[in-house]
Amino acid sequence: MLPFISFEWVSDTVHFVFHGALWYALSVLGMGMTYCIVKAAYDTIKGKAGDHH
Amino acid sequence: MDAALIPKGVKRCPLPQFLGALTVVSVVLLWGVYAMLLCWLKGLNQTNMNNAYGFALWIWADLAVIALGGGAFFTGLLRYIIGKDELKNIINFAVLLGFICYSSALLILGIDVGQPLRGWFIFWHANVHSMLTEVAFCLTCYFFVLCIEYVPLVLENRQIDRVPFFHNLSHNMHEIMAVFAATGAFLSFFHQGSLGGVSGVLFARPFGFREHILIWPYTFFLFTWSAAACGPCFTILITKITEAISRKKLVKDNVIRLLAKIAGWMLLTYIFVKTIDTIYWAFVTAPSKGFVLNFFYTDNAFYGYWILFLEIVLCGWVPAFLLVVKKTRENNKLLWIAVFLGALGAMVNRWVMVLQVLAIPVLPFENWALYIPSWQEVATTILPVAYGIILVMISFRYMPIFPQEQELNPIEPPTPEVEPAAAADAEETPADEDPAAPEGDLQPAQA
Amino acid sequence: MKKENAKRFGMVIDLDKCTGCGSCMVACMAENNVPFREDETDKLLSVAWMRVYKLTNGKAFPDADECFLPRPCQHCEGHHGHSPCVSVCPATATDYDASTGIVSQIYTRCFGCRYCMAACPYHVRLFNWWDPVWPDGMEKMLNPDVSVRMRGVVEKCSFCFHRYQLARQQADYEERGEVAENEYQTACTQGCPAGAIVFGDLNNPDHEVTRLAQPDLSHEGKSRNPKAFRLLERLGTNTKVYYLSSREWVRRLGDNYQVKAAQHQA
Repeated sequence: MLPFISFEWVSDTVHFVFHGALWYALSVLGMGMTYCIVKAAYDTIKGKAGDHH
Repeated sequence: MDAALIPKGVKRCPLPQFLGALTVVSVVLLWGVYAMLLCWLKGLNQTNMNNAYGFALWIWADLAVIALGGGAFFTGLLRYIIGKDELKNIINFAVLLGFICYSSALLILGIDVGQPLRGWFIFWHANVHSMLTEVAFCLTCYFFVLCIEYVPLVLENRQIDRVPFFHNLSHNMHEIMAVFAATGAFLSFFHQGSLGGVSGVLFARPFGFREHILIWPYTFFLFTWSAAACGPCFTILITKITEAISRKKLVKDNVIRLLAKIAGWMLLTYIFVKTIDTIYWAFVTAPSKGFVLNFFYTDNAFYGYWILFLEIVLCGWVPAFLLVVKKTRENNKLLWIAVFLGALGAMVNRWVMVLQVLAIPVLPFENWALYIPSWQEVATTILPVAYGIILVMISFRYMPIFPQEQELNPIEPPTPEVEPAAAADAEETPADEDPAAPEGDLQPAQA
Repeated sequence: MKKENAKRFGMVIDLDKCTGCGSCMVACMAENNVPFREDETDKLLSVAWMRVYKLTNGKAFPDADECFLPRPCQHCEGHHGHSPCVSVCPATATDYDASTGIVSQIYTRCFGCRYCMAACPYHVRLFNWWDPVWPDGMEKMLNPDVSVRMRGVVEKCSFCFHRYQLARQQADYEERGEVAENEYQTACTQGCPAGAIVFGDLNNPDHEVTRLAQPDLSHEGKSRNPKAFRLLERLGTNTKVYYLSSREWVRRLGDNYQVKAAQHQA
């Protein structure tokens, strides 16, 4: 019943393209945010304050 | 009392006045929440939908707010990718409106489905051939993007910004905003299009069906295009309304006019293509399915040729020309009319592509199905509007949404009881705009 | 076990024989545990997998004529199984089974977005606006082979698929490869006192349904029988329910011919 156990693998091109684009977008967002947060933490520890835009 | 939270260099109305207005809108919000709970607890029998009308007011509202929220992705695209730098003065507000529109759309979808607790099935058991699947995925992802774009604004609140980490975070997010904006534009292109595809792929519903390019019906492209055209109109419209209510100029004319000009050209090209599409559909697609154009617009109590005229001519060609021609674009009153009609055009188009599709009988022995929404449907559709007003009020009061506000409305240190200084561009005085401002009771609140 | 050939279950309904008695509707509701409410006046809120329409030719006496048209799910095949409703379902809660030709609905998978209802031109897809409530004691009479549906999901005619499953089990148990024609019949077929409904495998030339429908597979199943028609054929839905009528006006009401239909259901 649990979704994590019963994942339905579908092997067809359309699924790969669709989910490929989806995970690509999600990865860009995820990595972007990780970069921002990690760099912000690093800068804060270093005592730097970025100037404002 | 909340002076410490208000951005430096701008003037806001007294707190009690603000809270008073907030209370008024909150009452409307609570009415909507009550209706929402009724729908969740008692089920969709609270609506006036029926088996002929499975898609109704909510789906229209969804499509409409997403189209209007298209201003966020398109302005972002212009600002960060194409490099129209002036638009940085309106991008914050466009993002805020986008955020409101998309969160509203997700909320409405959450009410609209019969089994909301199974909402995750759309992700888990995704049928990638369904337009709705693409909508759900891209919509949710793009909502993340809007959150990412909205967060730096929140972090720029005076008190939050004093925390070094938040200050740095906001700075870093601004630095790579182009990446987020590009991802947002990519996602928007697809979900706006897929929303168009929702009715375009219904090959057994001749009113909505359109021919395809590869797997995408023409409506896919038309919806994306119209969102890019009408979204900025909505952004300008709400900016103007906010200016009218707050009685001060918030964005310089050159910024508004640049966005208006781009929206105008988008609208003109869109409506040109849309007209061709309509003619092709009326004389080729629909007859191939056994229908004459007249059938879709006669013999019923509501839908007539007027709606076609309203959508294509009055809310299409008219605002397109008003925005493209320099003289009319720079006339403040005509600009108001043009952006209003442009935004209305998207809403009418979405209405037609959802509700009229279902109203028209396909079986020759069936009748038109007309429907009037129940109060619960109306209340839950007004709910996001109230929520949006509240979010605009709070964001405007506590966050530096309009970068040019300070410059346009300088505060003299010993403020005499004069109105906030007239706008720098003196040709449009705020007083001119007052008559057009809706919701009079809110006027002082946001000032 | 012998591998079975792909089936295309379909139906022929002879409108000349149909008296509009509604037995098919009753049989269907009883067989499939279809819920009903005390007040069923608003037919647009009713759940009726099988619905009988009353058609009239719109003429005055003495030329007035009428005809009853039972309408189950048409189990559209479209082009290569691309039926209007199946491809639109975002959660894969409905499926076109290429081995039987039946369009299925998974009630526990459906989350009630109703996109399929918008896609279906025949209005065979029905939404559960309420949770089913059975009159006292009636829950003991429900068919144990068919699950009852909860509020907020879409349901539709399944060509009594559970009966096919039972017949298959029996055939497998007896090590017969094929299910015989009379072993799998829908409830409406058996319930029709006039014998107007014929059900069977359209791929099997020995079945009565194939003899009546005479489907031309090179033209997406279009019937070669001049008396036969399918509903909304030109939309490309490629349905598996054929209607027979000797009356021209009835046959013409099965599709749109670029003129406004003058006739309406009662």
